[in-house]
Amino acid sequence: MNKKGNTVFFKNSPCVTSFAAVCGSKESAGIIGSYADITLQDDMYEESTYEKAECKMLTTAISLAIEKGGYSEGDIDLLLSGDLLNQIISASFAARDYNFPFLGVYSACSTMSESMLLGAMLVNAGYVKKAVAATGSHFASAERQYRYPLELGCTRPPQAQWTVTGAGGCVITDEKKGIKIVNGTMGKVCDFGVTDVNNMGAAMAPADAIIPPYCDFALCGGQSKTL
Amino acid sequence: MTGKTRENYNENYLNYVKTQDPPTQHFKNCAAAFGVGGLICCIGQFIRYMLEFAGLSGDELAGATSIVLIFLGCFLTGLGVYDRIGRYAGAGSIVPITGFANSVTSPAIEFKTEGWIYGMAAKMFTVAGAIIVFGVFSGVLVGLVYFFL
Repeated sequence: MNKKGNTVFFKNSPCVTSFAAVCGSKESAGIIGSYADITLQDDMYEESTYEKAECKMLTTAISLAIEKGGYSEGDIDLLLSGDLLNQIISASFAARDYNFPFLGVYSACSTMSESMLLGAMLVNAGYVKKAVAATGSHFASAERQYRYPLELGCTRPPQAQWTVTGAGGCVITDEKKGIKIVNGTMGKVCDFGVTDVNNMGAAMAPADAIIPPYCDFALCGGQSKTL
Repeated sequence: MTGKTRENYNENYLNYVKTQDPPTQHFKNCAAAFGVGGLICCIGQFIRYMLEFAGLSGDELAGATSIVLIFLGCFLTGLGVYDRIGRYAGAGSIVPITGFANSVTSPAIEFKTEGWIYGMAAKMFTVAGAIIVFGVFSGVLVGLVYFFL
């Protein structure tokens, strides 16, 4: 039995053998800051636009994840990646720098877990040996995409969230070392009618909360959106 | 409110979300808006007195005062100061003419990276466009009312 409800179980146990993260200065100040490999000193990451900075962060995270695992570019069979911008442009532009194939994923905030879920499925099935799952976002580019210009003098309600400035990547392989991915849950789209663009947490919570009881940890590849 | 139908389900959830939201501090926000908005008006009045002192009067005086305030709004937006004032003052800095200047300048700065014509010029009015459309529209309506009275 490889599937129970919406949860799939991986018999051949694909493993996350290496990973890397790049984060912005605000993120590094928090509790997860110490886990980041690279912290940006400036939000532009020495680029001319925030979108280019986002793309560069993603490229850095992917390259670093490959490097940390002791792999070379030729070892990787596939890149699964996405971001928050139109036409998942940061991920597409980041993939331009590599010689391995790219499958774009758009799943808003759950892009990383969906990439990992798909990567684990492909590795488990034996179609690829090493897949990189990665994603990145930038506060400034997301604000522009979804809300108002940065310099607009509007107020943020107390429940407003910040989009992370950062990127992360991991290599999922068929080697038996590192962190084993045992199962993953494919999420459903849950729309509970939240229309407040400033309250993304309330819009996303229903999708993230429905984890089946027989899982210790779920990779939820689903999303809910503020429509 | 049994939570069994789809509508009730959503309604229950939204009510639950409302109870979990941190409360908006209306009194503090109103006081900040009143203070900052009043200060902007005082600055405007000061500019008006100075221009009057310089010899302007009537429509010229009103126009020149607005121009100076619009310039200040744009300038502070460019320096990245106005959004900080706005975060604190809310409506206090959105309602005066400086807020309108900010709503035109901020997309202009933001979209400059997409080019001067398709970026800055085309997207300059993404925020203020609605204000202009409804401003002109209500102006026409009021004008018609006056015409027939």
